[in-house]
This record gives sequence, structure tokens and C-alpha cells, in this order.
Amino acid sequence: MTALEMITRVRGVRGAMLVSADDGLVVAEQLMEGIKGTAVAALAASLAGRLRRAMEAAGIGASVFWHLQSEKGALLVVPGGGGLLVVAVAEPEVNIGLVRLELLRAAETAL
Amino acid sequence: MAEDIRALSAQLAQDPQSLVFLRLGEALRRKGQLDGAVRVAVNGLERHPHLADAHDLYARVLTDKHDYERAFDEWDMAVRIAPNHTGALKGLAFLYFKVGDLAQAEAHLELARKVEPDDPTIDQAIAMMRGGESPPAPTASTGASPTVASRTVGSLDESRVFAGLEGADEGLLLIDGAGRVLGGALRDGSGSDVTDRVAAYLAGVSQEAARTAKLLGLGAWNGLSAEGQHGNVHLAHPTPEALLLVVRERSVPLGRLAILAQRATAMAKRWLERET
Repeated sequence: MTALEMITRVRGVRGAMLVSADDGLVVAEQLMEGIKGTAVAALAASLAGRLRRAMEAAGIGASVFWHLQSEKGALLVVPGGGGLLVVAVAEPEVNIGLVRLELLRAAETAL
Repeated sequence: MAEDIRALSAQLAQDPQSLVFLRLGEALRRKGQLDGAVRVAVNGLERHPHLADAHDLYARVLTDKHDYERAFDEWDMAVRIAPNHTGALKGLAFLYFKVGDLAQAEAHLELARKVEPDDPTIDQAIAMMRGGESPPAPTASTGASPTVASRTVGSLDESRVFAGLEGADEGLLLIDGAGRVLGGALRDGSGSDVTDRVAAYLAGVSQEAARTAKLLGLGAWNGLSAEGQHGNVHLAHPTPEALLLVVRERSVPLGRLAILAQRATAMAKRWLERET
């Protein structure tokens, strides 16, 4: 089973991707129908860059995991090594803790 | 000049982290090679996002390209990072004059004069403006160096927003949509005040989060939690325009941080309703 498959088997996860943090391009993806991978990748990379700058300015250092909560779902991201982001798109009722663990595991094994 | 540009380009290629990009960008700008100047300024900003001089350089290039809106944003960012940056203050005065806001233009020049009372170009600009002439478009600032924001942490009015809440003057921050501080304050691990710097960057985070959630069909965003290497943060928006940041050390789990953020959000909302 691949790292992305490990993430998407969590109930409520609609898709997972590996994204290049520098240019927001998709490296690998496993998405449910209807999710635009290229848009997710570009937006996640852009937000990750801004968040990183704000966190560094606050003296907190680089982010290990972040999670955008919205009315109809969530975007969960683990910045991994090699300039890649491990990204998941999930339903609102997903178990965030479990997805976080799978993202961190994927970052360790896949990157 | 071409010789200068070649030499400066070589220096920058040898050490991409160096600040020589400031001189190279300015040299290109003066030579009218604006696209090259933009590339140099943007690359410099990516490496030195907290450097007021880098934002000032980019703003000058944008002004030459008549992109006044983005130039304003860059100078605005420069004075958030370094409130005494006279180059940025003069730049903002120039742009305020351009849109006919003479009061703001003069106010910014007066601020610049307080910082550099011996700079004759500021008096000259004020005199020109009062005579109905546009103050000169700003050139490279002299002696402007990156300075850390020097605002007073936790003034009385600001601390009232979160009065009684844990960490009101060191780990809670309320800003408006433009990144201006409304209340609270932040300190980094060494105890330095980083309020203005963080506020400046957070304005962008808020807009990006809203755009991301909307474009992914996730509806309105209602919070963003992040674990950092040395601490955890939670972002919320008490009103559509305002943004709240809660920062705690890593031992405070994200779930607890979200609860604390809810309390702070409720207080901020009440405070904003009273103030408006």
C-alpha cells in the first residue's frame, strides 16, 4: 500500500497528494472525483509559504503540521523534507488526529 | 553603469544570500531595466521577506512601472517592519499626493522629517507639495537599514481587548484586514516584540486562507491550526475583516489552543462591536 493510499483509507478523507512546495505543482495524487488536484496543490503551496513566513516572524519556526478548518471540509498539510508537502482534503467530520498521524507517517516514508 | 550592473550581478551570483541585490536592483531601475529590477527585487524579497529595504526597492520599481497600488502595499509593508524607514514614508507621501490625499501625504512627510530632521529633501518635498507640486518620486533611501519595529507592547487600550485572558500581552494578537494591530501583542522566544512583523504577514495569510477554502469548495474558513517547531498557533476571524492569532508553546496541544482561541474570539468580537 502506498503512502497516499494509507491516508485516503481514513474515513472522511477525500484525497491526498504530494505537492512541490516551491512551485505548487502536483507530484503524486490520489483524489476522489470532483477534486481539482492542480488547484489544491497551488493553493496549499501558496498558503504554506505565507504561513511559514508568519510563523518564522513569530519565532515559532517552520510548521510541522497545519490544518485549515472550513464549513464543508478541511485541508490538512504536513511540510515534509525535500521541499514537498503532504496534503489531504477531508470531510468536516473527519478524525483530524488520525489524518495527522497518517500524514506524518507518509512524510517519513515517502519523502 | 553597465560595468556596475555586471559587477553587482557577479557578486550576487557568488553569494545569493547577500544584500547586494539592493544595489543591483536600484542600478537596474535607474538604467530603466525595470523587468530585470523586478526580478532582482522579487528574488531578494523571497530570501529576505523581513527586510524593509527590500520592500522599499520593490516599491520604487513598481512606481516606475506605474503600478501604484502594489507599490503602496510594498511601502506599507516596509513601514510595518520598520516604522522609521524614511524611504518608505516618502514613498507613501508621494502616492498619497498622487491620489489627492494631501493630509496623509503631509503627515507621512512630517513623520519622515521627525526621523531625519537634517534631510533637506524632505523640507523641499513639503514645500513643493504645499505649492501644489508633486513631491519627487522617491529614490533609494540613504542610510535606511533594516530595523525592528519599535512599538510599545501592550498599551492600555490594546490590552483591554483580552483583559483577564491568559497571555494577553505576549501571545494574543488581533489585527484588522490590512494587517494593522487592534489589540494584544506578541513576543518571540527571546522576549523581543514581534507584533508588527507578524501582523504584517498575517494579513496575507487570512486572505489566502479565505481564497483557498472558497476555491476548494470548502465554504467559509473558520480556523487554522498549526504546529511549529517551537510553538503552536491558532488563527480565527472574529469578524470577516478581523483576524485573531493565539500563540502558545508546543506543550499546549492544538485542541486546547482552539478552545482558548474560541474564548479570545468571543472577547474580541464583543470588543469590536463596542468600538464600532
